[in-house]
Amino acid sequence: MDDEPLNIVLFSGTEDRLQAAAVMASGAAALGRKVNIFLQYWALDAFRKDRISASLGLAPEAGERGATLVREAAAAGQQPWHATLRVAKELGEIDIQACSLSMDVLKIEEQDLDALVDGVEGVTAFYLNAGDGHILFI
Amino acid sequence: MAPPISRTIDARGSFCPGPLMELIRAIKESEVGDTIAVWSADKGSKIDIPKWVDKAGHTLVGIETKDGYDEIVVTKAR
Repeated sequence: MDDEPLNIVLFSGTEDRLQAAAVMASGAAALGRKVNIFLQYWALDAFRKDRISASLGLAPEAGERGATLVREAAAAGQQPWHATLRVAKELGEIDIQACSLSMDVLKIEEQDLDALVDGVEGVTAFYLNAGDGHILFI
Repeated sequence: MAPPISRTIDARGSFCPGPLMELIRAIKESEVGDTIAVWSADKGSKIDIPKWVDKAGHTLVGIETKDGYDEIVVTKAR
């Protein structure tokens, strides 16, 4: 299993789901596993330079109580999702690719994306890079 | 006898997996034989860090629960 990458299809663009994905990527990278992240739709939109530090809201199930708890964690010093991912990328091998279809649908150009994103690829390239490793959809 | 601590990382303000990531960074920057102490107040570190240390081939010197945080001491072995 160690030789196979962890592959994350990151679709969601809310801060809690992005943080969850960043934590999963961090753990795998800490163990020396290669991580491939494929950005689709709202996750891709969140990686735009002009959106990455913006307030992106939470998943609907968070509700008022969840929003309060997440806000308290941030006030207590929890890093935002993109900082978690940046640290993991510095310490491990994490490749982040934008889905070319989502780029077209959302009218995003490569220069619009934050430097965390390594490139643009199609779904077939994603599967080829994924090999026999696990695939998570978040 | 416990080896002398060459570096202490105060990661008490970090949420999971922050303390582990700070330890990994410190180990990369250290020499073989250096001993690093991590202070962590998150619930996962005292479980996760020893497992990571074992997997990464380093040496767990000890874990001590202090006042509101855990001190995890690791020697870089390779």
